[in-house]
Amino acid sequence: MTYITKPANYHPRLKKNKLGLTRRDYEGPISTLCAGCGHDSISAAIVEACFELNIASHQVAKLSGIGCSSKTPGYFLKQSHGFNSVHGRMPSIATGASLANHELTYLGVSGDGDTASIGIGQFVHAVRRQLNVIYVIENNGTYGLTKGQFSATNDLESKSKYGDDNLFPPIDLVGMALNLGASFVARSFSGDKDQLIPLMKAAFKHKGFALLDVISPCVTFNNHKNSTKSYDYIREHNSSVSSATDFVPLENTITANYKKGKTHNVTLHDGSIVSLQKTSKNYNPENKVEAIKKLQKSDQDGKVLTGLLYIDPKSKDLNEILNIVDKPLNQLDKNDLCPGKSELKKINSSFK
Amino acid sequence: MNKINSVNEFVIKFANVNGSGSASANQMFAKGVFRMGIPVSPKNIFPSNIQGLPTWFEVRVTAKGYLGRREGVDISVAMNPQSYSEDISEINEGGYLIYDSTWKREFARDDINIIGIPLTQLCVNEFSNPKLRLLFKNIVYVGALSYLLNIDKMVYINLLSEKFRGKEKLITPNVKALEMGFNYAKKNFKDFCKIKVKKINKTKGMILTNGNEAAGLGCVYAGATVCAWYPITPSTSVAESFTKYCQKLRIEKKCQKNKFAIVQAEDELAAIGMAIGANWNGSRAFTATSGPGISLMSEFLGLAYFAEVPVVLFDIQRGGPSTGMPTRTQQSDILLCAYASHGDTKHIILIPSNPTECFEFSVMAFDLADRLQTPVIILSDLDIGMNDFSTKEFEWDDKYSYDRGKVLSKADLDEIDSFGRYLDVDGDGIPYRTYPGTHPEKGAFFTRGSSHDEYAVYTEDGKVNARNMSRILKKHETASELIPKPIIKSSNNSIGVIYFGGSDYSMIEALDNLSNEGIILDSMRIRGFPFGDEVNDFIINHDLIFLIEQNRDAQMKKLILAEINVSPDKMISILCFDGMPITASFISKEIQSYLAEKKVQELIKEK
Repeated sequence: MTYITKPANYHPRLKKNKLGLTRRDYEGPISTLCAGCGHDSISAAIVEACFELNIASHQVAKLSGIGCSSKTPGYFLKQSHGFNSVHGRMPSIATGASLANHELTYLGVSGDGDTASIGIGQFVHAVRRQLNVIYVIENNGTYGLTKGQFSATNDLESKSKYGDDNLFPPIDLVGMALNLGASFVARSFSGDKDQLIPLMKAAFKHKGFALLDVISPCVTFNNHKNSTKSYDYIREHNSSVSSATDFVPLENTITANYKKGKTHNVTLHDGSIVSLQKTSKNYNPENKVEAIKKLQKSDQDGKVLTGLLYIDPKSKDLNEILNIVDKPLNQLDKNDLCPGKSELKKINSSFK
Repeated sequence: MNKINSVNEFVIKFANVNGSGSASANQMFAKGVFRMGIPVSPKNIFPSNIQGLPTWFEVRVTAKGYLGRREGVDISVAMNPQSYSEDISEINEGGYLIYDSTWKREFARDDINIIGIPLTQLCVNEFSNPKLRLLFKNIVYVGALSYLLNIDKMVYINLLSEKFRGKEKLITPNVKALEMGFNYAKKNFKDFCKIKVKKINKTKGMILTNGNEAAGLGCVYAGATVCAWYPITPSTSVAESFTKYCQKLRIEKKCQKNKFAIVQAEDELAAIGMAIGANWNGSRAFTATSGPGISLMSEFLGLAYFAEVPVVLFDIQRGGPSTGMPTRTQQSDILLCAYASHGDTKHIILIPSNPTECFEFSVMAFDLADRLQTPVIILSDLDIGMNDFSTKEFEWDDKYSYDRGKVLSKADLDEIDSFGRYLDVDGDGIPYRTYPGTHPEKGAFFTRGSSHDEYAVYTEDGKVNARNMSRILKKHETASELIPKPIIKSSNNSIGVIYFGGSDYSMIEALDNLSNEGIILDSMRIRGFPFGDEVNDFIINHDLIFLIEQNRDAQMKKLILAEINVSPDKMISILCFDGMPITASFISKEIQSYLAEKKVQELIKEK
């Protein structure tokens, strides 16, 4: 497998964003994942979100672990630095990178194997520390690269492609993140771009830990009849907290598409607004207790709850908690950092 | 009765119960001697426990400057009935035993001099608070020692005043306790002790500190901004020292914000991951750990090696394997560190021998990591890391600037047509790198632990991968010229000795002892890996070489044999691995007996 470069020429009348860039400028080399893989739709949603938000690619760092999902940062945002680290350890790389320069946007891409099994410890602590990262889990319930073993997010009643029963209940990463204090928790489906793209945009704008768990069917190993992570199953069991989500950047006003009384607007740190059209009248995404209840209820009912489940728009991120100076640490020079000879003289005397 | 008679050369050992507040009093005792101008090396011999178990504090006072551990005890301050018999048996003939005579005791030895001081009784009479009664016992015996050894009482009064500056209320009772001990000894043991401390001036230009304190300070001076760590004995105090000095020296005055980030990670894997992430993004970052942590960090070390991300790592070695002896010293992580991680990997190692070098090498490590774009491991140990030594003052040249290595700026990128992250442009094996966010159109690349070509693109082309692996090896040839050169002392003898790290103190003493016996040896102290030509030449130029190590398996010898084409036949290992710092007498005896045996063999052959 190697990279397949896309042809550089494209249509001259492609729509441009405020930076004068087209969607193609946000793409990467051609994906080498299986045709129809849900992960490619998520990559497309990332491209679309960055294009629409006028994000400069070089201000984004893409970080991942190991697995099919972790390969995807190679297929989008070609002008961004990427870091494909070791299995399950992306959160620690992201933490270090974020501490070094809080001005960049950190996009972590992981899978259910990478996050729910080998990397669950680092995931838990990154959430707890409110690392300022967009943490996308491309959740297909299987180990694709090693050919179809169960992952820890697979449902109890689910069968593998080879007919084996899954003997253990799933780990619900969304529920975990809520309990651990993530300030942005959303779930979506790779096959629902109307929901996924606005959520992706909102996640990019959120400050703090933004979890986006995306059910992303594995067409090769987990899209069969008895799978609970197949396209068909998710389409049938998807239960959204909002029938449509819109994300409104700072500079736009909200267009009144929604019926009065049925929308819920959340203003983010920079003044951008996430606007949710609620299916359930009382659902308030700023109420964690309600989010947990709703999540438990839909689990009980065999439904996959999607949408923006919880958001705390006033959260502090790790860099604020650690009270780090505004100038990025990687831009501080010797004058900022080195106490010099005269101070060392004083330190020497303290040891006498 | 025989009495040891000595001025400024002795070993005093305090036996205490841990958690009883003795450590700070014992440290104060040592600092007092240091302030009298005599080099000291206090050692805290402590259990892996918080309260109730025996703990010892051994101070070698040495005008000659022999700071290595010496066997045998001249003065024992036995404060722990649990370990009385062991403590008393260690005292040299004619030595002195100081004990709490509040309770009458019989001692099995009649060849030592007993000094009973009713420490508990004195404190009970004077202080009403039970906690203070306990704590002040320690100060009382320091006061008694001040009289017995003739250490200027004012030295301790000053130390107490400095310690409790700002808490003046505590000074008076502390000084009172000190006086009580002093006066009791003066009244009851006038001119009794023949071991004396006499003011000299052998500590000019010296400080009393430990390697971990020095290493943490070195990281501040080196411009490290991110420290990610996980608590583990005996490395914890590296991160603590960095924290202390950052809080003192790195807070932006105007906004009261931190010019540093310190994260206590969830485990060692995350600790090194954070340090790698920060370095990748252009901040100098480090982590500190001990052997078990290196085992856990090995996967990430391989990534940093192969993806060529700088990172600085302190390994403060303790007794292994496994949990081993967490509070004892060893040099047993050499092979682990040299080749940590799967596949063909090799790491840069710096081996300091004293706190001053811990400071210097930690600064150097960041330059080397940035220059070579690879992990640099500082291989210290519990003895030099946690114990104070009289050591040379730290020096700093304000003209020195950080070597951030080959990093392309936006302007640099504007100048070039294409950027290849792993292209060997200069022929030294070291490619150019960019930080994320540098340029809108150029310089982005994909860091990966999977095989990649010169442009950081994934490849399964074996030739490309082999070419990349060979280039990385070339960096190590470059490295061998950059790491600290060995310290060689040679008068062209045919027999040499190789040693490293904390063995230095005892080795210096052993070489003097052997020389007095007519055995004159050349010596080389290795200070880093990969080995340079000097190491190679020293080995080639000697017919017989003693290799002194503090591990069971002769790890440095194995590393030399793996890396240098020499015969193992001429290399004789002298190994100490009981967890206590190696002593000069052990080294001298081993060398002498080997040489004597060899002579006998030669004589037999001749006949």
